[in-house]
Amino acid sequence: MEVFRPSTLDEALRLRAEHPQARPIQGGTDVMVELTFGDARPEALLDLSELAELRGFAEEDGLLRLGAGLTYTEAMQTPLASRLPALAEASRTVGSPQIRNRGTIGGNLGTASPAGDALPPLLAERAEVELASARGTRTMPLAEFLLGVKRTALAPGELVTAVRVRPCEGPQTFAKVGQRNAMVIAICSLAVVVDAEAGEVRAAFGSSAVTARCVVVPLAEAAELPERVVEAASPIDDVRATAAYRRHALRVLAARTLERCLRT
Amino acid sequence: MRQVALTVNGMRHELELEPRELLVYVLRDRLKLTGTNVGCDTSSCGACTVLVDGESVKSCTVLGVQADGAEITTIEGLAANGSLHPVQQAFHDHHALQCGYCTPGMVMAAVSLIEHGEATSEAAIREGLEGNLCRCTGYHNIVAAVQDAAGAMGRAR
Ligand SMILES: Cc1cc2nc3c(=O)[nH]c(=O)nc-3n(C[C@H](O)[C@H](O)[C@H](O)COP(=O)(O)OP(=O)(O)OC[C@H]3O[C@@H](n4cnc5c(N)ncnc54)[C@H](O)[C@@H]3O)c2cc1C
Ligand code: FES
Ligand code: FES
Repeated sequence: MEVFRPSTLDEALRLRAEHPQARPIQGGTDVMVELTFGDARPEALLDLSELAELRGFAEEDGLLRLGAGLTYTEAMQTPLASRLPALAEASRTVGSPQIRNRGTIGGNLGTASPAGDALPPLLAERAEVELASARGTRTMPLAEFLLGVKRTALAPGELVTAVRVRPCEGPQTFAKVGQRNAMVIAICSLAVVVDAEAGEVRAAFGSSAVTARCVVVPLAEAAELPERVVEAASPIDDVRATAAYRRHALRVLAARTLERCLRT
Repeated sequence: MRQVALTVNGMRHELELEPRELLVYVLRDRLKLTGTNVGCDTSSCGACTVLVDGESVKSCTVLGVQADGAEITTIEGLAANGSLHPVQQAFHDHHALQCGYCTPGMVMAAVSLIEHGEATSEAAIREGLEGNLCRCTGYHNIVAAVQDAAGAMGRAR
């Protein structure tokens, strides 16, 4: 196995075009587990962890650009935590400190698991994904990027370079149900954003459909949110929980997070 | 093979590595630093925790070549001039280990937690150590040791 370690984004995009079989790797918290389990045997890895262009975040005219290499530990810290509180709360629930120090937002998008904890807060904020290739850069709504279980709209030669968000002013929060508190995949999860300016409440949920999904309700009809979330979900029975339990838990999470937001 | 330079416990090493070699095996097999244990190989147990540029990471989830240029601290790098690090001393004082298999990783995770100012309460310590599994102690004495060490390190500052 070859490991490419580009030091600039241009070099990374060139390698991406020349070696389509090379698997991108950022924090490696998903990729390395696949490798050690023997689930994946890539001919090569394209290590993105050295790219300054993908690190940290920047803000311009109220638009936040979160680099694909932003770690959960970074998302939990101020000032980002006060701009995107639901993402910070979701980040706190990911794995353990060791996982949060290496695991990235870009990696969560790349994996595109229905249980990815960064996805509901970003969907509820109407985030856009920035994709780059040797051909150029494009953006698309996160909701369109997520196609299915571990399937995304990433085209050949492309890398996720950032997530763009314009945080809305109202309260927001995130909650998750798991079999225990630490180191578990969510049975279901939900982020709520109250967007006073747009006059709506948005809720995005995870682990209850083929992708994380977002539901929008006018602020005046906020009380209907829990029911609308359950209608939008299509959960399955699996080793962690039944579909019926997931529907119940989603209703409870939606009501609880909404109350938390509207009370403040 | 790939030329890589690692600084481990303050000592610089230049190594020729296979790209697929995991950092934990570079430490154990190449540098003979066998204090860092492997419990699972799949990022679950935390026995392999080391500090890379001051952050706790699971060294079974990092390739050796990815650590090129990094500063790494392992359990062997904690004791200075023959005296135990405050976290090691507290583990000793509180009987915070039985078989000891989880201990190197547990101590490294605790050091990182204390150094980042996050060992502020029993609850915070329990949460901060949730990536480290212990099959013997039931965690009680580990948490007490970390609380004690956090106090001692705070006073020493
Ligand atoms: C013990 C443990 C606990 C975990 N707990 C949680 C949890 O609670 N919640 C949760 O959501 N996840 C959890 N995870 C999964 C994982 O940590 C997250 O999905 C994380 O966000 C992955 O980020 P990474 O940088 O490590 O990704 P990598 O492993 O580096 O990559 C993940 C995927 O994305 C692709 N990729 C990476 N970067 C890019 C890019 N820039 N462009 C295109 N594709 C890219 C890779 O090819 C790969 O397919 C856990 C993992 C472990 C090992
Ligand atoms: S050996 Fe690395 S986490 Fe278990
Ligand atoms: S002391 Fe035996 S595993 Fe922790």
